[in-house]
Order: sequence, then structure tokens, then C-alpha cells
Amino acid sequence: MASSKLLSQPRWHRLLRRNLPNARLFSGLPSQHPVSVPEPQNHGDPKSNNTFKTASSAPSSLKEAELAKFAAISDTWWDSEGPFKPLHNMNPTRLAFIRSTLCRHFRKDPLSARPFEGLRIIDVGCGGGILSEPLARMGAIVTGIDAVEKNIKIARLHANMDPTTSNIEYCCTTAEKLVDEQRKFDAVIALEVIEHVADSAEFCKSLSALTAHEGATVVSTLNRSMRSYASAIVAAEYLLHWLPKGTHQWSSFLTPEELTMILKRASVDVKEMAGFVFNPITGRWSLSDDISVNYIAFGTKDTNEE
Amino acid sequence: MKTCVDGRNMVALPMILASVLGELILGGKTVDILIGLQRNLIDQQKKKRAQQVRSSIPAMNRILATKAGSNVYRLRIPWRSFSNDAAPKLSSPNAGDPVKGSEAQQYDIAIVGGGMVGLALACSLASKPLTKHLNVAIVDSNPALGRKNFIKKDDLPDARVSTITPAAISFLKDINAWRFVEQHRHAYFDQMQVWDYTGLSYAKYNARDADKEILGCVVENKVLLSSLLSHVQDMDFLKKIHPSRLTSMSILPNSSSSEVDSTSSMTALFTHGRLAKLELEDGSSLYAKLVVGADGGKSRVRELAGIRTTGWNYSQNAIICTVEHAVENHCAWQRFLPSGPLAVLPIGDKFSNIVWTMTPKESSDFKSMTDDDFLKAVNHALDYGYGPHPTSGILGSSDLFSWLKGGISSSANDCFEIPPKVIKLASERMAFPLSLRHANDYASKRVVLIGDAAHTVHPLAGQGVNLGFGDASSLSSVISEGIAVGTDIGEVSLLKKYEADRKPANITMMAVLDGFQKAYSVDFGPLNFLRAAAFHGAHHISPLKKSIISYASGEMRLPLFA
Repeated sequence: MASSKLLSQPRWHRLLRRNLPNARLFSGLPSQHPVSVPEPQNHGDPKSNNTFKTASSAPSSLKEAELAKFAAISDTWWDSEGPFKPLHNMNPTRLAFIRSTLCRHFRKDPLSARPFEGLRIIDVGCGGGILSEPLARMGAIVTGIDAVEKNIKIARLHANMDPTTSNIEYCCTTAEKLVDEQRKFDAVIALEVIEHVADSAEFCKSLSALTAHEGATVVSTLNRSMRSYASAIVAAEYLLHWLPKGTHQWSSFLTPEELTMILKRASVDVKEMAGFVFNPITGRWSLSDDISVNYIAFGTKDTNEE
Repeated sequence: MKTCVDGRNMVALPMILASVLGELILGGKTVDILIGLQRNLIDQQKKKRAQQVRSSIPAMNRILATKAGSNVYRLRIPWRSFSNDAAPKLSSPNAGDPVKGSEAQQYDIAIVGGGMVGLALACSLASKPLTKHLNVAIVDSNPALGRKNFIKKDDLPDARVSTITPAAISFLKDINAWRFVEQHRHAYFDQMQVWDYTGLSYAKYNARDADKEILGCVVENKVLLSSLLSHVQDMDFLKKIHPSRLTSMSILPNSSSSEVDSTSSMTALFTHGRLAKLELEDGSSLYAKLVVGADGGKSRVRELAGIRTTGWNYSQNAIICTVEHAVENHCAWQRFLPSGPLAVLPIGDKFSNIVWTMTPKESSDFKSMTDDDFLKAVNHALDYGYGPHPTSGILGSSDLFSWLKGGISSSANDCFEIPPKVIKLASERMAFPLSLRHANDYASKRVVLIGDAAHTVHPLAGQGVNLGFGDASSLSSVISEGIAVGTDIGEVSLLKKYEADRKPANITMMAVLDGFQKAYSVDFGPLNFLRAAAFHGAHHISPLKKSIISYASGEMRLPLFA
């Protein structure tokens, strides 16, 4: 029943460089789609903070047109009744898992409206900031990174409209670059990313390296099961057209056992796992023990082995 | 054989439905609503059309300004607090505090309408750990909201009463408001008797049939209001009451491509779409992340949000008043008369509340006749007037239902009783037209409707305020869940959860009540028999009786498939 989680997640672009070929990824997208224009990337241009400047030296008149375009795109991305409706729909369920596991791990009050007060959290592959903003509202000090410059611009533009989210730090960079900069976070979250990276074991090592001592790592992805093939690829891409064809390569999906293993090798001990199931009648997602399609794993860093 | 079975099935459904209806109607009523609801229909349609035109422009998908054009409004927003540089370093990301030094105040939630349902929402928000920090404004011009304890115990009972179901009572207990109600006049009842003028049958319900203590509690609306208000005033809760009326509301689109290129308009960008602006009659204005329309059947919020309604008026009026008996009344009574039902509900001491539905012409007669004549008419209608007393033998005993019988219900042997005589009129008589109205949407961006603003029901059901309390309870839970996962509380996707939760329940109840009204507006032999059969079945079949009582108590969603 579960449709692909990915329909929700235009996260497949981050880490573009190591990704599947662009043409394949974006072929079916409508032109005003936020992720539809995979221009050559200036990977991780960190000086783009707080400005809308692109790395290319476009004439200023062009810049204004660009800005206008981003604003329009941002509207689509954040329109909860628009093309990203399934993402908005699934988001509370993912956040519920993150809330409960992180509250337990960091001994935060689950009855607080801002339980993550004081926690540094990085959202790897933040896209338009759909996960980063709620995390900020829950009190976290959030860093959102994405390899796609446009996503970062949209995310920043949107977050700046609300004082509760305007302190999110958005960077167009990759996890590996931040590892090089020796950044550390209390919690590292990478949702729906790992199935799009070329080397998932390397990626897990980077996530682990970003996680502080006694920190937490949360990863979600698609299982490599018959049901995920049926729902995430056949149904979501070919029948329902929720996702552009070719968004996913089933063979690159990880089973929960494989994910647990590669995280373990990266010194992250998986403590909890849950599945997401979609109820087509209510149109809502919920957490479940069924990890045969979409699943999310919470692990803690095992520093002894580092 | 086959036809026989089919015949039974055909009878069964209407029968069950009619008996459910019969039960519900006995509930009671909230009558302070529903006058002249079609007034703004034409204006609304015009507005809607204008809106549709606007919404075709992509960047301006929703603009709800009453007086000014959208562009003018956008530039006028006096929101200076977050400038380009200031925004990232705003140290209180909580945004719960009103912004100081600004003529407009910012809230998390603005509840427009401080009636029973609006105040119940405020109490409910204050009672939850995740929502008690919210900064709430209540906008209502009712001067009573500024006072404390505005009711006196010795006052005669007000004619405007509500029948609170056990489910609503437990909600009011959860939000700590019921203890205030218990300090004032209220009347629990554990029995109901329903019968009709044809004398074909009757049904008597007892709370013990459903293993309950009570079937409901009749409380004056002013008691409910003052109880909720006392609680709001006592609470350690960020709230402010604005004693004024809403004049306009504007909600701007999330962002606008035409403005991002200039620095000056960045100021406006911060607020675009992230806050709703309300302007009040007293000239003040306020901003809120979420506007709750709890402003009744003629909701101004609903009108300004351009939410359309579906509904109709019945060509019936209800006369309500308080009467006194010689003895105390502990039972709720309802008799179906040719022009509509007559209900007598206990409200404590020796008083009862009367709701009598009739044609508009009759209602003007009954309203203008002398007190004595009116009392005579009531006593006549509750006794031999319009038809004989029912006897249980008319349908040939219970053979008709032997196939369905799960056991004779314990109150099946209760005999038909004549209600206690009415001896004195204790209030003036008021007449209200009846109508039904339902909002097509309960939620749009940053706006949500609760209570009568979302649905005005046939007032005789007493379900009006119960449905409203159900809305308040659901909305506060949805807001709490949203805050738990860091959602902006004005997001449509969040508010639609509330709509999905409440709309089916409310529509079911409205359909049941409307169907009931229609079933009884016809005096036609076979239909009378069917109604009688329904009563009879409801009286004798214990599981059915139990499920009817549970539904009428507000504890079950589906009356037919318990």
C-alpha cells in the first residue's frame, strides 16, 4: 500500500555529484519543478550564505529574474496542497519518530513544545527545508545542507519569512565537505538520501564523522523488497506518476540489515527502527512495525570503536 | 420466503434510522443561533467569484481583504519588527510574546467569538502541555466577558438551555470547566420518553439500558458561558480578551515574486502569508498565526474567508420558554405532534424548559396568547391533545421483531407516563426560525471554523453545542499534535486533519436530524405506521436501544454498526 516515500522527497539531488546520471533523475519533471533544472553545480559554494548570489557571474538583471523564479518555485515547494502534498503529508510522521527517539536519547521533556532546545542538528539533503523548519520550531539549532544550490536558495527564502525559522543555517555543500571542516552535530539526519548516493558505505562514514560524541544518527530510505518495487517504482513512478520515471533504481535500495551493517561499520549502532505505512483511505502515513517498504533507523554513535 | 426476507430488510433500515432520529431529537436544544442566515449569501457569492479571478494569478492565491484591493493591502502592512538584518538574530524564536512597541499585537491564535465553543477551545488549549504556552486572543464584544460571575443563583432559569451529552461532559471535565457548572443550576436526567400523536407507539429510555448513570445534563447557556469564562479568567494562560468586533481579515500569499527584487519590500515579505491580520471595530488590529472562527451561525470569519455554506431554512419556528411544575421533573419528554415535536426538559428545581416546534403562523399565535392559554395548550399537547395515549398492544405485541430480538430490554416494561402538569410560566416566550447550514470547508489557510460557524443544526437536537465542544476538543488536539512535530499551526495541511476528523461526524448528525425533521413533517398513514414500528423496535430491542443511547450520548460515531 505504501507509495514511495520519495514522492515526497525531492532529496535525490543532493550529493548530485555522485548521483545517478542527471538525465535519468529529472527527465519527467515539469519545468517549473524545483528540482527540474540540474545545471552544472558549483559544488558547495559556501559563500552563498545569506545572499542570493549565484556562483556564476550573471548580469544583475538576470539575478532579479532568477529571484522571482525562486520565489515562485518556493511557493510550489511549500504549497501543502500542491505537487509536494505527499511530502507535507508524510513529514509529521517522520518528525514524530525523530521527536520520540531524540527526546529519549537526549533526555528531553517530551511534553515540551520545544524539546530540542540547545541541540545542534544537521539535515543532510534538506531540499526546500521541509524537515529543517519543523526541527527549528522544535527548538533545535539547525543546519541544512543540500548539493543543489537552488534548493538552498528556496529553503533560505522560505525560512526567512518566519522569525522562528530564520536562524536556520543553510549551506550548499556536501556531508564530506563538512567532515573536512570538522563540523560536529548532536544529531545527524539524512532522510531519503542514501538510496541516491553512489557509495552508501562512504556516505554512512561521513554521517558518522559529523555526529558528535554520544550523538544520534537518523537515516531513512526504501527497503529492497518486492513490495517496495511494486509500490515505489511500479505504482509511484509508472501508474500514479507521483514521481518521475527513473527516480529510483530498485537495485540500489538497502535492506534494513544492510543499512544496519554499514552503519555499524561506521561506528553507528542502530537502536530503533520503524516503518512508514500509507493508508490510502485516510491519505495519511503512520509509523508501524512494517519495514518492508519505507523505513527509518535511529542509531547512536559508538565512540569506543572510533 | 425470499420476498419475506427482502421485505424485512426494507423495513429494517428506515426503522433503525427513524428510531435513532427519535432518540436524538429528544436531546434538547441550543437556540441562541440561526437567525437570518441567508443574509450574506449573495455577497459571498460575489466575493467568491472575485476571489476565483484573483486566485488564477499564481502568486496571489488567496487574498481576503474586504475593503481594499490586494496590492494596496500588501504594501500597507505595518510590520516593521522583522527587517532584513533583524530577522536572523531575533532572539526569541518562540514568537509567543506579543511584539512590543508596535500598535498591532501578535498572537499565536486569535479566537473570534467568545461564546461557549470559543471559550471551550481556549480552556482546552490551556489544559494541554504542548499548547498551554500559546498566546491567545479572544475577540468578542459581549460585555459579559469582561465581568466575573455574572450570574446569580436565584435568577429564574433562562430559556436558552443546552442538553450536554455525557461525551461533552467528560470533555468539560477534562478541561476543568465542569466543576464551575456544578456550582450552578443544572439537571442530570436518566430517563426519556418519546411518543407521538397517533397513539401507535412510544419508547422509553433509561440510562441503565446502556449501563450508564445519566443520559445527559440540561444546563442554561449562560451557566455554561460563565463557567468557561471563570475558568479562562483563573487560568495561568497567555490570553487577552479584545472587547470588539471583527471588521476585516487579510491573509496574504506566502510570498510574491513581484516583490523580492527590491530591498524595501523584504519587510513585507517576512509577514506575507505567515500571519493573518485582523482589524477590529475599535480601530485596533492584531496579527495571528491562526484565526479561529467561533463566531456563530452568522460567522463573520467564515464570510471574510469566503467559505461558502450549504443549507436551507425550515418553514418552522421553535417557541422556547421556562415553565414550572408542581413537582420536580427528572425525565426528558418529547411528543411528536402534527406540526412538530414538543420537548420538555428538566432544568433543576421544579423548572422545565419547553421547546415546541410549529409552523410560523402557529408560533405567532402561541407567542401572543395569554399565559394561561399557553399553559393549557402545553398541558393539552402533553396529554390527550391531538390523539390518544399510546398502548403497546397496537402492533400485535412484539412478534414483528422477534427475528431481531437480542433480549427484552430492561426498561421495556416501563409503562407510558403522562408528563407532570405545567402550572406556571417562568419566562417570556421566544420564537426562533429553524434552519440548517453547513460550511463547505472548515479550514483554509490560517483560518479554521468551529461550532455554529461550521455547522448550524436543527436546534431541537441539543447537539449544536455538543458538536461545537467536539470541534473544540478535536482542534486543540490537532494543534497540539502539530506543535509536537514543529508544524506552523496555520498550515492548511494541519487544519485539514481537524476537518477530516469532524466533518463526517457533524454531517452524520445533521443528516440524521434533517431526515428526522422531514420524516415527521408528513402525516401519512403508512409512514405513521413505520414510525410507530421504529419506536416499537427501539423500545423493545435491547442492543438497538443501547446503541441509540450511546450515539445520542455522543460516544459513538456510527449509530447503525455498533
